Amino acid sequence: MKEMNIMVVGVGGQGTLLTSRIIGKTALSCGFDVKLSEVHGMAQRGGSVVTFVRFGEKVREPVVEEGNADILISFEQLEALRYSHFLKKGGKIIVNDCKIEPMTVVTGAAEYPENIIETLKEKHDVTVIDGISAAKELGNPKVLNSVVLGAAARKIGFTKEEWISVIEKTVPVKTVDINVKAFLKGYGE
Amino acid sequence: MSEQRIMLGNEAIARGAFEAGVKVSSAYPGTPSTEISEFLSKYEEVYTEWAPNEKVAVEVAIGASFSGARSLACMKHVGLNVASDPLYTFSYTGVNGGAVLVVADDPGLASSQNEQDTRMIARSAHVPVLEPSDSNEAKEFIKFAYELSEKYDTPVILRTTTKLSHSQGIVTLSDRVVPEDKVYNRDVKKYVMMPGSAIGRHLVVEDRENRLSNDCSDFSINRVEEGSGKLGVITSGICYQYVKEALPNADVLKIGIVNPLPRRLIEEFSKKYDEVLIVEELEPVIEEQIKSWGIKAKGKELFTKQGEYSANMIKKAILGFDDEVFSKEQVPARPPILCPGCPHRSVFSVLNKLKIHAAGDIGCYTLGAVAPLSVIDTTVCMGASISVLHGIEKSKGKDFIKNWVAVIGDSTFLHTGVNSLINMVYNKSTATVIVLDNRTTGMTGHQDHAATGKTLKGEDTYAIDLKELCTAIGVPNVLEVNAFDVSTLEKTIKESVNGDVLTVIIAKAPCALLKGQKFPYKCVSDPEKCKKCGMCLKIGCPAITKAKDGTIVIDGTSCNGCGLCLNYCKFGAIEKVER
Repeated sequence: MKEMNIMVVGVGGQGTLLTSRIIGKTALSCGFDVKLSEVHGMAQRGGSVVTFVRFGEKVREPVVEEGNADILISFEQLEALRYSHFLKKGGKIIVNDCKIEPMTVVTGAAEYPENIIETLKEKHDVTVIDGISAAKELGNPKVLNSVVLGAAARKIGFTKEEWISVIEKTVPVKTVDINVKAFLKGYGE
Repeated sequence: MSEQRIMLGNEAIARGAFEAGVKVSSAYPGTPSTEISEFLSKYEEVYTEWAPNEKVAVEVAIGASFSGARSLACMKHVGLNVASDPLYTFSYTGVNGGAVLVVADDPGLASSQNEQDTRMIARSAHVPVLEPSDSNEAKEFIKFAYELSEKYDTPVILRTTTKLSHSQGIVTLSDRVVPEDKVYNRDVKKYVMMPGSAIGRHLVVEDRENRLSNDCSDFSINRVEEGSGKLGVITSGICYQYVKEALPNADVLKIGIVNPLPRRLIEEFSKKYDEVLIVEELEPVIEEQIKSWGIKAKGKELFTKQGEYSANMIKKAILGFDDEVFSKEQVPARPPILCPGCPHRSVFSVLNKLKIHAAGDIGCYTLGAVAPLSVIDTTVCMGASISVLHGIEKSKGKDFIKNWVAVIGDSTFLHTGVNSLINMVYNKSTATVIVLDNRTTGMTGHQDHAATGKTLKGEDTYAIDLKELCTAIGVPNVLEVNAFDVSTLEKTIKESVNGDVLTVIIAKAPCALLKGQKFPYKCVSDPEKCKKCGMCLKIGCPAITKAKDGTIVIDGTSCNGCGLCLNYCKFGAIEKVER
């Protein structure tokens, strides 16, 4: 593998940062050069957020350029559509089946697009995850990130054990068990 | 092998300061610089603090340096404006223990009010600037900055940008080495900048800059990377990464010190090409100097002064193509908004209802400018809300400001707002100032300040009482109101804007994101009772949306339970239930 370019997108507050950090740490523990780019400050407040993870033998710029993403992980449908042009041909999308209306839609200034999943499927390889239901089944809606990460991990590579070992070291101690369970649910075990 | 860790640029800077033996650090939070102080505060060996503003922070660093220790001050680019007064003269006095200012520029305006370039200020202050290009370099460069500071008797600026501060890369850790404190000796000619001694120090500054200019071509932080020999690129900082990505075969001169420039090195490098390419974000600082030496170069003819660069942008300009494959989808924008349960929303909903204009300030509450709240009319810089409103009153008279207030957060008020309020008291203002007191510095990620009762290290300390402070400086009418009590707020604001004395209303309620601030309720709507009037949507709460049939829906997960929406439903279609 020369390099892999991953984007994690969603709405500020959905936990894109933690997810991309787990991916970055896993790549590091597997011996790759890694770069991550994050969003802090005003843009985090309920806005559209994007974080980038790149790993390979040697990584230069910390962001993924348009047309270069191998994998787009999105916690929300509209955000998947917004960043879908970053994917290269044959790139993969893992999208959480969730819609959050932006204020521009709530105020009536814009409309939330219909049939996003179908639109995405016309051009890309799309995996839809009902992370919210899966997380609710586990008893904590907050672990939806780990469910989605589990599904993405299948596409990214590395072994299940490598992922779990990083999750154990990264999430708060009290939530290790439930996050690992959520990861495995998304991973398909 | 030494330990390797993946670190945020800002974490690496903190690590570098720790390894360099820094003893004292002072800062005011500001994106993208905030996390440096937060990470540094975790090292027990280093004294770290939040200062009320950047001027104070730099002066604290100056004191620590004069006394003989290595010191640090961190700020965002606009923070350096506030601190430029001490900086310009610190350049004259020079240091005793090494002193470094980390200044974080924000090309692309991720969270700022302008895109100014720190290198311009540094040039006029005659202060050297180092610019790293990834996390590991950030850590190494700050250590080098301390050596430089002590060797050349000068404060040094480590310049970072958003993309460097907020990206992570692999860092190799070293141990902390604390140099012995320098001896403090009283030295009026060096440390007392009255005209008689400053005139002498100005010569020292000039001499220092000349020596640095001569020496810096040999610094290890600059390097030439040979490519195919056809294209020569001069670059620094994060742009180096974009250049390497876009033009892997180019010859690259990567400059680590951007003020003064390593002239001999640049001249030697440029000799090999008919024309060199300069890749630098923001102002053409390198380009203009190089051109003034008679070197043929291209820079801003090809690239913008605005925003962040990228490899694609360079490819497009130099190679004539980029990587774009799919076309962009047309999607509705998702701008940042105030969080569910934010107390600012409550105050703004009242201002919106009363059709009152607000002179705004710097913080989350700047988001009150956008629909549907739309109450903020002006935002300039930290503390400006109060003084801008004062200027409006003095120009247009009391009648004009009967539908105006100033709004400012608690942290911003203590930063530079209080000076403006003193001016209002002194010069007989009759305006209304609302302090949005949410007990934290919100936008930058919840830092403590002088009125929260906690230090950066998490220790208990005296909490300044904002009401007493306003009273002590002579504000005749100071009122405290619960920010969520909209009827009292409405009455108080109406009375004070129509009154004839200066009034400060302190609207109190903690930031919704502070730990333990979730209300024990959540709001639910009853579609049977909902008349689809849309009044509750006017408060712009992200938890409230419309269903297909036009009735409203409240998302139980994101609703914080503040209950503000209940005040805006005449039909009893929303109620609070226990969570």
